[in-house]
Amino acid sequence: MPTLDRIARTVLWQELVKGFALTFRYMFRPKVTLNYPYEKGPLSPRFRGEHALRRYPNGEERCIACKLCEAICPAQAITIEAERRADGSRRTTRYDIDMTKCIYCGFCEEACPVDAIVEGPNMEFAAETREELFYTKEKLLENGERWEAEIAARLEMDAPYR
Amino acid sequence: MAEFFWGVIWPVVVLAVLTVVIIVPLLLAVAYLTYAERKIIAAMQLRQGPMFVGPYGLLQPLADGLKLFFKETVIPSRANKGVFLLAPMITFILALIGWAVIPFGEGLVLADINVGVLYLFAVSSLGVYGIIMAGWASNSRYAFLGALRSSAQMVSYEISMGLIIINVLMTAGSLNLSEIVRAQAEHGWYVLWHFPMFMIFLVSIIAETNRLPFDLPEDEASLVTGYNVEYSSMTFALFFLGEYANMILMSAIATILFLGGWLPPFEVAPFTWIPGPIWFFLKVALILFVYIWARATLPRYRYDQLMRLGWKVFLPLSLAWIVLTSAVLVFFDLAP
Repeated sequence: MPTLDRIARTVLWQELVKGFALTFRYMFRPKVTLNYPYEKGPLSPRFRGEHALRRYPNGEERCIACKLCEAICPAQAITIEAERRADGSRRTTRYDIDMTKCIYCGFCEEACPVDAIVEGPNMEFAAETREELFYTKEKLLENGERWEAEIAARLEMDAPYR
Repeated sequence: MAEFFWGVIWPVVVLAVLTVVIIVPLLLAVAYLTYAERKIIAAMQLRQGPMFVGPYGLLQPLADGLKLFFKETVIPSRANKGVFLLAPMITFILALIGWAVIPFGEGLVLADINVGVLYLFAVSSLGVYGIIMAGWASNSRYAFLGALRSSAQMVSYEISMGLIIINVLMTAGSLNLSEIVRAQAEHGWYVLWHFPMFMIFLVSIIAETNRLPFDLPEDEASLVTGYNVEYSSMTFALFFLGEYANMILMSAIATILFLGGWLPPFEVAPFTWIPGPIWFFLKVALILFVYIWARATLPRYRYDQLMRLGWKVFLPLSLAWIVLTSAVLVFFDLAP
């Protein structure tokens, strides 16, 4: 009887019919892919994207040129030069990140004592030349201005877990 | 002069116009078959498929065609140039000339010849030549292996297809495709009488057109892409168009032989309002959907399995069915 059963299943294409039914059912399921540039998935508040240098609400740069980020950077992508400003505070004169070296590990923002350097939510900064990816202090500060609202919200959301 | 015009030139012009009337929609259908294939497979894999060129990606086939058109045609230095360029043309032309005898509706046929089935069979057999010429002329190992596989496969499956068609011919009593459809109006569709043969025929046409799960000649994993490895731009496009036009042609043949061609499924009011060519189109689309559905569902066969299926399963089965059909026809005195 088991032999007969097996023959019947083979002759009636039981497994083929099952397989075809499965793919047919799947055809009507909601699609899982996003229509990317128009639809985007959610990002974690800890997502490590493009870097930004932040300012205090009064407009003063947060960065105090402690160079902890430069020291911890495993890819040695950060270069900082600093000097004493006229009012006596220490500030950077140069803050470069080579985005082609950066491995987006997030150590710089972890090391920063004043939350000056952060990795924001932006990951759409592809460029056509290498030179565009050598970020300078101006570029980073500009990023900070552009993304400040989102960066602040993300830091706040993540704060209870730190 | 007038005699010459009406006797010779006028019929040629009419035929040329009719040919264009068939070929242009056919090429459009080919283009949108590729679109349908990508969309359906995408849906079955929970993806979206082409979405960017035009609304819902509807202009994607045009973009693909333009891309291929503007690419450079690369001819390998060790290839046999003449044969290399002839092969895609042969494949493409053969995929088109089969349409001459296909009836799209009652009386809507370019050449209503009484050996239509034979003609179609001859055309589809010749299709092997385009492929084997391509494989040989490319002077490439992969292309040659692909061509060998392809020709062996097409020859094997043609035999069981031929035997299946004999069943239909015996029941219909004619080799004229329009007559076969008319006979189905009387007898009921042959898919009812020859259901197992219809299923075998479906599998055979998939193998005949080298589509998944029988696309061993273009097996990406082991043969790169088989016989068309060395082809680029329009020469490749001709193979591509030929393959898809062949798929549609085979679906049309299956529709005519088993699914009653242009006949509505039931001879009652709402179905008979829809004109025949639309029924024909819907049935062809159904079989094309099965083609694509199979591609999304089944993994590729191994070559020995493919040969075993053709020679050891389909061939004896269709032979046995011929004996059964003829016995029934003679015993009940039904033979036309």
